[in-house]
Formats: sequence, C-alpha cells, structure tokens
Amino acid sequence: MVAMDNPRSDRSATPDILSDCIVRIAAQQDQAAFETLFKHFAPRLKSYFIKRGGDPALAEEITQEALVALWKNAEQFDPAKASASTWIFTIARNLSIDRFRQARRPSFDPNDPAFIPDEEEPPDRKLERAEAEKNLREVMNSLSAHEKSILMLSFYENHSHGEIAKRLGLPIGTVKSRIRLAFGKLRAALDAQSGVRP
Amino acid sequence: MSAQYHLSDELLLSYSAGTLDEASSLLVATHLALCPHCRSRNLAADAVGGELLDALPPAELSPGLMDSVLAQLGGRDQAGAAKVAVRRSDIVIPEPLRSYLGGDLGALRWTRVAPRVQQIAIDIPGCRARARMLRFQCGTQVPAHGHSGRELTLVLSGTLHDRDAVLARGDVAETDEHTEHQPFAGPEQDCICLAVTDAPLRFKGAFARLLQPWFGI
Repeated sequence: MVAMDNPRSDRSATPDILSDCIVRIAAQQDQAAFETLFKHFAPRLKSYFIKRGGDPALAEEITQEALVALWKNAEQFDPAKASASTWIFTIARNLSIDRFRQARRPSFDPNDPAFIPDEEEPPDRKLERAEAEKNLREVMNSLSAHEKSILMLSFYENHSHGEIAKRLGLPIGTVKSRIRLAFGKLRAALDAQSGVRP
Repeated sequence: MSAQYHLSDELLLSYSAGTLDEASSLLVATHLALCPHCRSRNLAADAVGGELLDALPPAELSPGLMDSVLAQLGGRDQAGAAKVAVRRSDIVIPEPLRSYLGGDLGALRWTRVAPRVQQIAIDIPGCRARARMLRFQCGTQVPAHGHSGRELTLVLSGTLHDRDAVLARGDVAETDEHTEHQPFAGPEQDCICLAVTDAPLRFKGAFARLLQPWFGI
C-alpha cells in the first residue's frame, strides 16, 4: 500500500489556478498553461490508470491520451460546473472504461430533443452549490489517511472489504467502521450539494 | 413532470466511478436525461472522483513524457456553434437509449414473450448484465419472475404500480433478490420500460454491498 500520510503535501497548484489553465488553453492554446496542468495531473493520472489495472507502461500511454484529450476538448470545460480535477477525472474515467473494460460508457445528450433541461437556478441556489462544493472539498480533506485509502480502494479499484482489510493489514471490523464513517461524511456532503435536506 | 423515484447513491456512485456495467449504466444515463435532480447529484459524485484523483500519490513519470505529449498537441477540436435543441415531447425514448435501440418507439420491433407482454433484448457485447425493453398492455400483471440479483426498471411510458408506488415516466425501481413483488401496468395505456437484470458476478468488487447497510438501499 502506498504511503498516504500527507497526500497533498506535493500539491503544486490550487484548484483555481488549474481551472484557469484549462480556460486559457481553450481561449488561446496556451502551452505554458498546459505544462502547469501536465505537472500537476500527469503523475496522478498515471497513478490512477495503474490503480484501474494498467501496468506502468500502459498507464503512461493512457496518461498521454488523457492529456491530449484535455488539450483538444478544453472548450468543453465549464469552470462554473466543475473543478479542473473533476473534469479531468471524467476524461480519465471514460478512457479507463474504454481501454480496460472495452466497454462503452453511455451518457446523456443535453442536445437530445427528449432531454429534460435543468430548471433555471435562482441565484441563491447557485451560491449554495458553490458553498456545498467547498464543503465537499473540506470533507475530503478532513478524512484521515486511512479513510482516504479505503475510499480509493473501493471507489477506484472496486475491492471487497475483505480484500481491503487484507491490503491494509487491518481487522475487517475496523475496515467496515472506517468505510461507514468515510461514506457517512461524503454522503452528507453529496446531499448538501444536491440540495437534499436531511 | 420530472421523476419522483430516483437513482440510489450506490448506482450513482458506481456509475460515476466507472465501475458499473454497461447495461446498468445505460439505464442510469437514460434516467439522467429525464431527471435534473439526479444530474445534480451526478455532478457531486464526479466531484468526489475529482477530489480522489487529486489526492492520489503522484507516480514517477518516464523522462521525456512531457515532450512526447507536447509533440502530440495539434490544433484543437473546434467546438461547433452551440446547437440549441428544440425540445420535443413526442419522443418517448431519450438518448442514450434511443441509439442503442436504433430509433424511437415507432421503429421498434417487439417480440411476444407472454400474453400481453412484449420485449426487445438489447445486445451489449461483453456485458453480463442484460438489458431489455418491456411492453405491458395496460392493466397487465407483470409475470412472476425470480430475482437472482438486482433488477432495475426505468419507466418510459404509462405507469407501473409496484407495492405502494405508482411509477411514471422517468421513475426508477430497484429490487434485489429479497424483493417479492407483483407489479402491474396502469389501466390508462401500455407501460413501456427498460429493465436491467444483474448477472450473478456483477458486483464482484462489492462496492454496492459495501454501501448497502448505511445508504439504506
């Protein structure tokens, strides 16, 4: 198991800087902005693709694909809707389904005539959403290293709790209670973000 | 009217994580096309994925990787002028399901499977879960069927009465092997739905089972 005691210590850029970089690529094909994104995301993407089942060489190949896709599709990024990490995660996730599972990932099409659009959000609802997104980030940051490893093992690698216990060298009861705690916190953040009142 | 019965957290999170099979993902995505509420939850689930990506320990890169990527950067895809979709209420089957079926309701070729029940199997290569369209003539009792795993149902037209619930367009029902029920189609019109049944090994990794006890699915 990789060390996760301080996974953010090497964080090279803040979410706002990263988001701005994608906007700059979309606006003016800004190569310096791309290099900033590369430095932050390439090592994490490689890590992600290894977790999803790739060997290091394949993981690096798909990392390149993901970054080229980022450059090509930068115009699709909407900084009001998602953070840079979230948007790049969706690119990486779709690539991993395509490459590792050889499956398609069906998604909805907002331009489909049968699509039911969002209702116009009142301004205070938008503020709430921004606030909730900040909460989510804070909740994620407040998770312990163990909770985070457990989340990753289940979210990214789809392991059973027996397997997770084995990998972390913990009793299964401990793993279960940590998962319960971690997802409990996330759940509260998810509900807050979607406007569901408990 | 938008959907009243929504996707469980478990389905939404595994769809967002990319660990859900294609057939179930098809149902999730088709519900999302009809449900602004779940689309908002889906954005939140993707944000969890983004935060987790950010927190991953960085892997060491081969020297020269950045140069290799920079050399591949050509022109960018020009975004076409944003198409303003003309909303149409006469289309029954939204995307992505419509493409999987090759057309809307009028183009479908149904096969009779029981009295008053027709179906269309949707072929998804390599997917163990099975997706099919079902059409129950109005008032029809759904034939008894076993639940060896999870069964997902998305109503697209008509209504489905299931225990105390009346499911209408956009609504999702999720049942497992412990569920015993005998739903029936409402009397107004034929009920058309998408049903996805689990394959026995689908939740090998058991993300769903991990979440079940406290997400109250």
